[in-house]
Amino acid sequence: MKTRYTFGGDEHIHVEMDEEMSLDAFFKSLSMSNAVRDADIPGVTEICPANASFQVKFDPDVTHPDDMLKRVQELEHMAESAEKRLSTRIIEIPVYYQDPWTHETVMRFRERHQDPSGTDLEYAARINGFDSVEAFIEAHHAQPWFVSMVGFVAGLPFLYQLVERDKQLQVPKYLRPRTDTPKLTVGYGGCFSCIYSVRGAGGYQMFGITPMPIYDPEQKVSHLKDFMVFFRPGDIVKWAPINRAEYDRIIAAVEAGTYAPRIAEVDFDLEEFNADMAGTNAKLMEALNGA
Amino acid sequence: MALKIIKPGLSTSIQDLGRPGYFHLGIPIGGAMDRFAMRAANMLVGNPEDAAALEAVFMGPEIEFTEDVVVAVTGAEMPMSVDGEAVEGWSSFAVNAGQTLSFGFLKSGARIYIAVSGGIATDPDLGSRSTYPIGALGGIEGRPIAEGDVIPVGKAEQSPVGRSVSAALRRGPSNPAELRVLPGLYWNRLTEAAGQGFFDDTWTVAPEADRMGYRFKGGRALEFVDREQPFGAGADPSNIVDGCYSYGSIQVPGGTEPIVLHRDAVSGGGYFTLGAIISADMDLIGQLQPNTPVKFLKVDMDQALAARAERHAGLQKIREELA
Repeated sequence: MKTRYTFGGDEHIHVEMDEEMSLDAFFKSLSMSNAVRDADIPGVTEICPANASFQVKFDPDVTHPDDMLKRVQELEHMAESAEKRLSTRIIEIPVYYQDPWTHETVMRFRERHQDPSGTDLEYAARINGFDSVEAFIEAHHAQPWFVSMVGFVAGLPFLYQLVERDKQLQVPKYLRPRTDTPKLTVGYGGCFSCIYSVRGAGGYQMFGITPMPIYDPEQKVSHLKDFMVFFRPGDIVKWAPINRAEYDRIIAAVEAGTYAPRIAEVDFDLEEFNADMAGTNAKLMEALNGA
Repeated sequence: MALKIIKPGLSTSIQDLGRPGYFHLGIPIGGAMDRFAMRAANMLVGNPEDAAALEAVFMGPEIEFTEDVVVAVTGAEMPMSVDGEAVEGWSSFAVNAGQTLSFGFLKSGARIYIAVSGGIATDPDLGSRSTYPIGALGGIEGRPIAEGDVIPVGKAEQSPVGRSVSAALRRGPSNPAELRVLPGLYWNRLTEAAGQGFFDDTWTVAPEADRMGYRFKGGRALEFVDREQPFGAGADPSNIVDGCYSYGSIQVPGGTEPIVLHRDAVSGGGYFTLGAIISADMDLIGQLQPNTPVKFLKVDMDQALAARAERHAGLQKIREELA
């Protein structure tokens, strides 16, 4: 893992922890971006952590780009020695897999897909070596996921599964991006899952939909009253498969203002996880199921 | 005091200098594409430079005023009139209650800025009135203006009439346009020949050009340095593990058509970027029409900062001229 520093024009510093995705690169990126925030360097206006990199936006009239680069580089040792431990939360996100709305969209954009004769899930299951769509769906929700980045558009989480690399699911993006994706679609591209926070263009494969709102600029939804964006980098997510009846029940509860997502406070320790993934995930699930 | 929208134009939106601080959640800074022109429009009518104004692209709106105000229109060249009587751009003029401001056909540039004394006074979201339709933030219900909208205007501290910005102090792109680029970010993914070709070729603005980004076409396809794609990046050589995007950064999906991200940028994604347009030239992009020829010019950081200082100085001269 070798850190690479570069300028993005005269107002950004881009720091890449690693070319490839890993939880180590994510943790280092998150702790270093936190160190930059804590350092309170004059002129810094935005700090954006991503999967295996982060970016600092600054005003070069306040701090010269060369000085800003030096200040950021000096913080790397702090990120290296930082405990890879996070006090965070685990959230259960209900998913209606193979729902009618994403299915309609899947069929509408078939000519932009690698396999126009099937569905996104059939394609994803096949190229990942699963015998059935059901077995693939099971692999998608069996183990929890890490929110490794929030962005693209308002409040959209990128998620990385907490499993060994050889168990990671990998799926290419559409050959050409769609012009439409239903709001709250659960998607997949590369090694990342995502939830489309708003309706719009998209290139990720579509697996299902969640009834749980994750972005509400009007802040009317009960769990988004404090802030319009639900996710933060470092959140842990467990997908929970639901059927149509359950989907409809949650939609009604959201509308009535009575829906409360299942959430538990947890600590996540990367070294503990690397030493015993199954055990760590079981503990996370225990906390969630006790909530 | 208010503006009544008789005709909204093509895509006219309320913009100010944007909402910094939420890009890490995917909410872009937004605000005027051509901030130089918007600042000048506000100065002309005696507003703070960050007051909200209307940004109209390619086609002007038709606006009826419900009270006496002072108005200034800057940016693109577009003939306009108040109740049929011609008025000048880059100048402040009085409009009486009941009068209507309307526009003719665009002559050059792409976006006009309509500032009204007192500033547009819609409710801000996350500290800004800028319209961000994807996230339904700012503006009126988070959308561009529509026929029949009544837009509130604040109380003016002063309302100077008959002031203008002299022609030499106005700023817009040349033709062909020149956009200065600081190579960086994932520049190392390109072969040397591809990097050279990017700057040698003349590109043209593609029809897909909006507040999120401007696409360019017509140059040679870019070749990438061979590598085994990193885990999580995706199979195409233009793919990277999804990361943050810089404002002004230039991504080239598949190596074919460069896209420059602008004020309503997506905050991240999985395409390599070869560098970014320098901050001083972002305004100019907002004035480019489709099919305009464009050359990208390679600069270093010192040149980028000198250009930034020059832009600041240009605004300062306008402040002094209008003082």
